[in-house]
Amino acid sequence: MTEGSYTGVLELAAGAFLLTAVLVVWRRELQAIVVLLAWQGVALAAIPLTEGLQQGDAALMTVGVVVLVLRAFVLPFLLARAVGTEPCERRESTPLVNTTASLLITAALTVLAYAVTRPIIALDPSPATRAVPAAFAVILIAVFIMVSRRRAVSQAVGFMMLDNGIAATAFLITAGVPLIVELGASLDVLFAVLVLGLLTGHMRRAFGGTDLDQLRELRD
Amino acid sequence: MDILLLVPILAPLAAAVLAAGVGWRRLSATVTVLAAVSVLVSGAVIGLHIESGARFGAGHLLRADALSVTMLVVIGTVGTLATWASIGYINAELVHGHTDRRGADLYGVLVPVFLAAMALAVLANNIGVMWVAIEATTVATAFLVGHRRTRAALEATWKYVVICSVGIALAFLGTVLLYFASLHTGASSGNALDIDVLLNHAGQLDPAVTHLAAGLLLLGYGAKAGLVPFHTWLADAHSQSPAPVSALMSGVLLSVAFASLLRVKSIVDLALGTGFLRTGLLIVGLLTLLIAASLLMVQTDFKRMLAYSSMENMGLVAVAAAAGTELAIAALLLHVLAHGIGKALVFLAAGQLQAAHDSTAIGDVTGVLARSALVGTAFAIGLAVLLGLPPFAMFASELSISRALAGANLGWALGAALLLIVIAFAALVRGGSRMLLGPECPGAPAIVVPVSVGAALLAGIVLSVALGLTAGPLSQLFHTAATQLGATP
Repeated sequence: MTEGSYTGVLELAAGAFLLTAVLVVWRRELQAIVVLLAWQGVALAAIPLTEGLQQGDAALMTVGVVVLVLRAFVLPFLLARAVGTEPCERRESTPLVNTTASLLITAALTVLAYAVTRPIIALDPSPATRAVPAAFAVILIAVFIMVSRRRAVSQAVGFMMLDNGIAATAFLITAGVPLIVELGASLDVLFAVLVLGLLTGHMRRAFGGTDLDQLRELRD
Repeated sequence: MDILLLVPILAPLAAAVLAAGVGWRRLSATVTVLAAVSVLVSGAVIGLHIESGARFGAGHLLRADALSVTMLVVIGTVGTLATWASIGYINAELVHGHTDRRGADLYGVLVPVFLAAMALAVLANNIGVMWVAIEATTVATAFLVGHRRTRAALEATWKYVVICSVGIALAFLGTVLLYFASLHTGASSGNALDIDVLLNHAGQLDPAVTHLAAGLLLLGYGAKAGLVPFHTWLADAHSQSPAPVSALMSGVLLSVAFASLLRVKSIVDLALGTGFLRTGLLIVGLLTLLIAASLLMVQTDFKRMLAYSSMENMGLVAVAAAAGTELAIAALLLHVLAHGIGKALVFLAAGQLQAAHDSTAIGDVTGVLARSALVGTAFAIGLAVLLGLPPFAMFASELSISRALAGANLGWALGAALLLIVIAFAALVRGGSRMLLGPECPGAPAIVVPVSVGAALLAGIVLSVALGLTAGPLSQLFHTAATQLGATP
């Protein structure tokens, strides 16, 4: 791969990564959100795969394949199953912040991401590091989704996007964390999503729905 | 000798495997208690030779210094009390139909996994592995919090998993940034996250990136330690968990998360000087104290009252860490151990009160001291420990923390912290005395104490008194830990 096409692919992947996050903010159909999350997983996996190909690093490419399987297929599949058993709840309920305002906030968060990541780029101005603001923007947008959505599944999506954003940051600035940490972290995320999926089921049986506004028994 | 470092992790894991095989039985529950004891014993044995410096095990994956030993002692002690009491507690839950066979089996597996994850967190040499272990505690405890499967328990579990996972995800981002900075000091990718390597290269870490990383790590591990701003899970999770799990979460998990923060602090202080994290810890510590004290004043639920008392203590510990002197760190570690044992006592006693009355409202549970000598005494002594009354150890630790704060020119922080502690003190005394001495309701149910819970309560009382009378060789250990963390004398 030439230097130019490597940079091009990397920037395309980072751009697609951020775009899927913005689309999640825009859409309210839970099914569509889960599909977008899967595409985000593909864009994320493209980063280590491209870097691995460029540097001839077989280990990094293996990590890329694992990321692809986990984040583009397994995790979205687990979530899709949680949505599928929820016939009357395929849409996000009336949002706390309307779509236009949400998109404006997303734009503001993206600008903020550029400001926050300046020291990182200053330390190592490589093509990969220059794409880090996109990953940070996804992290900020994910937090915004978690505080502004009211369905359990949407919060789980927000959590997974947050995690995707952190993984993307790791791949962009350091070509991934050491393998043992990567494996442990992936396993933790997988378990956390499994726990959230199981909890969604328990909550639906106990509350008759997963609107988190019903979670108000415990307060001071 | 390196094999010794594996014991605190593998012993609970073996107990978990056994429990997964045979289910909730006297045998598997007893083996879990033995596993907790072996965490304590191996911690003590490692501690015998720790003054000469850190030891490594399992290649370079594990590293034990005096802080690890201190935390192993805390995990082992509170773990033994809690797993011992679990036997009687869960059997009673089964009899009363609050849980079923499957719930009990799951409990039997998850508690030792939880212990193993905490042991790994304090023994890991790689701060990435330390992060994995802390996040693993969230996964392991999720279904322990939701053990009763009631609406309130599910609500608490959801908040716990979501808030802690988000908080701890920020700590991972901080870890990634620290890795990035460490790679740029010339460390190889295999060991750039190792604590010994980071300590050696700390002076060369890029300051701007390290600032960002340190802020994220403070927020992230602070979430698990019950510090502001991600503290909102704490009262819900502590109040809904089964009593032995509340004891473990409050007495051990919070301080294990805080120990991770102390490790990070020892690295960041070398890179940035002590000013940055001192400011951060003072802000989150004092805010945590403020929130805990104000919510304690209006509390009518005794398990939530105990939960906010944990927040109050973690806030004080954070303020002590901000002072950062040897005196402050050693006092903080004594505080953590004394708080762990005291909290285990009150939570285990509270569990029996909840089981008897089927309620956690302070107003429903009165006259305890007259109705059950053992539970009443245990609750009273635990409360006295938490209030910092002499002769118990938290009196000494709070005194030392005050002296350390005054010595570090943080008199204003000391003043603010003392004011908030006095408010919390008054609130705890009011709630506690009403429960212990208040007029007995006619027709109040009998307080039953299963044998294993009674034994754990007695052991807790003995330990609290003993630790109050003398910290013995432990005080030397705490001072070694402070020195090894780079605290100034």
